[in-house]
Amino acid sequence: MAHIELKNITKKFGGHTALTSLNLEIADGEFFVLLGETGAGKTTTLRLIAGLEKPTEGQVLIDGVDVADWGAAERDVALVLQQYSLYPRYTVRENLEFPLKPKIRRLPDAEIKDRVDRAARTLRIEHLLDRKTDRLSGGEMQRVSIGRAIVRKPRVFLMDEPLSALDAKLREALRTELKNLQMQLGATFLFVTHDQIEAMSMGDKVGVLNHGRIVQTGTPQEIYNNPRDTYVASFVGSPPMNLIDGKLVNGRAVMAPLNFELPFSGGAKASAATDGRPLVFGIRPEDVYLESGAPVEARVHDVENHGVEKILTLRVGDTTLRATVPARTDVAIEQPVRFAWNPDKVVLFDKGSGVSLRHAG
Amino acid sequence: MAAVRTSSEIALNRVAIVSVLIATLIFLAPIYWIASTAFKPKELAITVPPTVLFQPEITPFIRLFTKRVQMQKAVDPQVYEAAPWWEKRIYDGGERVLKVGKDVQLSQYPNRFMNSLIVAIISTVLAVGMGTFTAYGFSRFKIAGEADLLFFILSTRMLPPVVVAIPMFLMYRLVGLNDSHIGLIILYVAFNLSFSVWLMKGFMDEIPKEYEEAALVDGYTRMQAFFKIVLPEAATGIAATAVFCFITAWNEYAFALIMTNRRAQTAPPFIPSQIGSGLPDWTTIAAGTFLFLLPVAIFTFLLRNHLLRGVTFGAIRK
Repeated sequence: MAHIELKNITKKFGGHTALTSLNLEIADGEFFVLLGETGAGKTTTLRLIAGLEKPTEGQVLIDGVDVADWGAAERDVALVLQQYSLYPRYTVRENLEFPLKPKIRRLPDAEIKDRVDRAARTLRIEHLLDRKTDRLSGGEMQRVSIGRAIVRKPRVFLMDEPLSALDAKLREALRTELKNLQMQLGATFLFVTHDQIEAMSMGDKVGVLNHGRIVQTGTPQEIYNNPRDTYVASFVGSPPMNLIDGKLVNGRAVMAPLNFELPFSGGAKASAATDGRPLVFGIRPEDVYLESGAPVEARVHDVENHGVEKILTLRVGDTTLRATVPARTDVAIEQPVRFAWNPDKVVLFDKGSGVSLRHAG
Repeated sequence: MAAVRTSSEIALNRVAIVSVLIATLIFLAPIYWIASTAFKPKELAITVPPTVLFQPEITPFIRLFTKRVQMQKAVDPQVYEAAPWWEKRIYDGGERVLKVGKDVQLSQYPNRFMNSLIVAIISTVLAVGMGTFTAYGFSRFKIAGEADLLFFILSTRMLPPVVVAIPMFLMYRLVGLNDSHIGLIILYVAFNLSFSVWLMKGFMDEIPKEYEEAALVDGYTRMQAFFKIVLPEAATGIAATAVFCFITAWNEYAFALIMTNRRAQTAPPFIPSQIGSGLPDWTTIAAGTFLFLLPVAIFTFLLRNHLLRGVTFGAIRK
């Protein structure tokens, strides 16, 4: 198991800069999720740690040792990919044995058999051991490729969207399994995904990557409740955080184009500095509630029924915002409703930079 | 769409089958002609119209492999009786087999055939091997001027080979490579390499690089990953490329004719040289040609499972 640190990493591919001054620290035994959209640089980060790419600038440290001169083979990491990670001509057993047989760390046969059997038992693929990999389903294939990673007891597990190619049911099941597996092994995991639900549900820590830069690192709760900027706010959460332009006037939030007002409590100290300054108010849909005596009137624009709850799209003038309400709430489209927000939960962002005032310090 | 076929479709289908059959017969006719002539008695080879039904014999093959001279007078009956069966066939044709002491002297054909095998096999192995490595490099690594280099490799094929034949001959004579196996092998490798690189590059590009990367991370070196993972995946491409290279080298006539005359002469220039003066012995020539056709046929047959995908350049997947 190992501690991973990326220091000031920049990676360029020709004229294209994939990563810019990236700093990242993954503690020993941590489940770290790197979250970002396609093309944000997640896979590049992972490949740098695996030793499949070399950084243009900066250092990769594994357990405090600069591994710049180490090849992929020497770094002793395991890699699970979204697809193509199994050798097509081999059986499942041969695939699982493969990482135990390289010249640099060839294990005795008894040990290989023991480890393969143990991994197969852990992942419940014992009945597949003698099957060729082209006769496996998608879920079985991913299980085998996870097995190929765990037989080796590597210093760190690197997973590149291992669940993305699977259907929803299976993805959910494997999500739980993977998290349990990580806790059972006590291993360091770096898990790359574009799916914020995976990030929130599995990560001990989440790093949000945008255009080759780490925007925010923190526990899922921190990321969710206290996003560093409007990008994180709108990327994490489903539905995402409502972002409404406005100003603070005498301790009240005034939404600029519509002139509706809401109470604001969080920033007695902030208000002096921020009075009159253009801001973006961020509020999670679950912190918006309907109440007959509430201060603002809106019309119901759309209703999405999710069973346990309903997600309403409310319209005030031409601004829309989402509210999560209990499923029993009886609303019809175009019905006028009154709403308010939980003033303690409002996050203020600077309109120009998009950075949260709390993070700006 | 229902699978009901209209009568016009059935008729069309029959026309197609008959056309294919006729085409097949037309294409196979020369091969049948060669094969049947190789087993014909000498005097039936040039009858008009051609003899179709005859008692096949292997006398042409005996003549092909032995050195013979025309006899001035009839053979001594005692000698004839003592001779083995195959030698009798030669006596029957008014010839006798040349011997040194008791050993039968072989004709040059087996030697020329061996030359063909040596040159074709070694040049194929070299061209495909070098082509595979080169293609892998082009496929997997960033190479400065990659497109230009690939074009340069291809451009070596753009000049008709005959254009360079004379300069090549002069150069070869200067360095002493003419009439040598190695000289012919170098020539054929140079000739086939560009083709091999381009063909293999297409196959290499199709193999996901994730396979090797997984092996690299698993603790294997690039070389081990190449041999354990990439090569088995590339088998189809290698087989197809090998068949093409082998056929080119095996059938090559012009350079073999110019560059070799004795020691390293291959079968293609040798066979027609046996026509000689006077009445050509067509059955012996047909026997030589027939045997010459076999290696390519066998080689292609052995690799047939790889070829369907191979010759379509990967257009058929899975």
